[in-house]
Amino acid sequence: MSERILQVDALARVEGEGALYVRLKGDEIEKVEFRIFEPPRFFEAFLQGRDAHETPDITSRICGICPIAYIMGASQAVEQALGVSVTPEIHELRRLIYCGEWIQSHVLHAAMLHAPDFLNLHDAIKIAEVNPELVKTALRLKKIGNSLMEVVGGRAVHPVNTRVGGFYSAPDKAKVKALLPELEWGIAAARDVAVAFSKFDFPDDEYDYTFVSLKHPETYAIAEGRLVSNRGLDIGVPEFNDHFFEEHVARSNALHGHMKDGSAYLVGPLARYANNYAQLTDAVKETAALCGLGEVVRNPFKSILVRMIEVQYALEEAARIVRVYEPPKQPFIDTPPRAGEGHGCTEAPRGICYHTYKLDAEGLVTHAQIVPPTSQNQPQIEADLTRVVAANMDMADADLQWRCEQTIRNYDPCISCATHFLKLTVERV
Amino acid sequence: MLIVGIGNAFRSDDGVGPFVAEGLAAKGFSATVHAGDGTGLMDLFDKHDRIVLVDATRSNAEPGTLIALDAAAAKLPADLFHYSTHRFGLAEAVETARALGTLPQSVLVYGIEGEDFGAGTALSPVVESAAVALISQLVESLGDVF
Repeated sequence: MSERILQVDALARVEGEGALYVRLKGDEIEKVEFRIFEPPRFFEAFLQGRDAHETPDITSRICGICPIAYIMGASQAVEQALGVSVTPEIHELRRLIYCGEWIQSHVLHAAMLHAPDFLNLHDAIKIAEVNPELVKTALRLKKIGNSLMEVVGGRAVHPVNTRVGGFYSAPDKAKVKALLPELEWGIAAARDVAVAFSKFDFPDDEYDYTFVSLKHPETYAIAEGRLVSNRGLDIGVPEFNDHFFEEHVARSNALHGHMKDGSAYLVGPLARYANNYAQLTDAVKETAALCGLGEVVRNPFKSILVRMIEVQYALEEAARIVRVYEPPKQPFIDTPPRAGEGHGCTEAPRGICYHTYKLDAEGLVTHAQIVPPTSQNQPQIEADLTRVVAANMDMADADLQWRCEQTIRNYDPCISCATHFLKLTVERV
Repeated sequence: MLIVGIGNAFRSDDGVGPFVAEGLAAKGFSATVHAGDGTGLMDLFDKHDRIVLVDATRSNAEPGTLIALDAAAAKLPADLFHYSTHRFGLAEAVETARALGTLPQSVLVYGIEGEDFGAGTALSPVVESAAVALISQLVESLGDVF
């Protein structure tokens, strides 16, 4: 019986260092492993003994693509532990800067890193040669995200204006208002890119995922909400560890997240879209319809469309907040130290990111736990790979390898976040 | 004219670009540090006719080895500068800009081979020596431009 082994030792166009190993015996899959070998990072251990107010800035260093997710999750958890809650004005500013992160992260992945898979192009440079206008539009969209981060957060990467309790200073009104023309251009541009991408030839694949996301009573959840699933889960953020667990597997430096019954689940754009579709704006729903998407998308390859739809939504939200923005008189609330325990969870571009901290009376961290989205998606990525390999057994090794890498990129995996990156092996034995 | 030091100063020798940029800024040159993904670099290309990029390389050469490339004259080797977030780094930024017709008139690229890319804020001695030598070399060669 013929044996096939596909092995990719360093996956391109994903964040961090990871690898894929597939071993086939005839038509049987013997092993599919998505391994993360980015070195362990020990953030949770070195937070112990640090002042709780330092947790947003320290944890933001977990990732250069989604620092806001860490800043907001840590701030929320510490604020809960300290028994304080921030004002509605601060909530809106946090949502505004988070929109910036969604825009820049989603556009980078969708247009520059994932789109080449569908165009049979090796990388974004080739897209720039074939379709320079698309790349110019994508870069301009991404820059809007960066500008939002700079104006609200003081810097495009690892913002410096955010803190536990709010913001060090209120963003300048004139600078915030000046963002509006580009935001309005971006709304139409994001819709056009989504519609252009919807013409891609998507692989046939569907799976009945367990979609887990935040849900907020009033808005499409970004920075706050309850944890829900399409299978009836509806819990407060503090109950996270009662329903989910992480395990260490020998092949990977990232923990693998599971539901308590051991099953895999999916976090990220597809989950948010499925659970919160009703809360999208009419204009965004119209774009989804133009792209041929229903209220739930079960084809993981179409996550690229949902990302662009979320970009349009984030641009609309940012424009809404910018239009009515008045600098808050009090950009932050006081957060005196006390002993306590707190939990925070926000929707990072790749899915829910959970934090919990315990603090002593001086406000020093005695326990820290951070569960990033890619750890949670790892078991589901392996399940998707197994399904995709089984359905495409007749493909030549090079094509199958391409399809496997594309499958992994459906998740925009942030491997450095998950380690607490990629190498692909397909072995046909 | 702008000098851009690329890299993450918290990943040891990946900080060699920022080290050189800060050294030149202290001598009055227009220099900046770029961390994060490569698309942000392309924003800088739009604003300057002449640009100097300094980054760490990982090519299995001897640590501290300096390479100098004229990116306006020829394509950059794809695998030289790949220590970057989401694999969209210096070479991708330069080549995408070339395809879009937005590459500045002059783009000089200097790479210093790193030794250690683990967590840490110090450069390896051999990398630091190479960086100090590059600062002196650039002060001399770029001095006329300013």
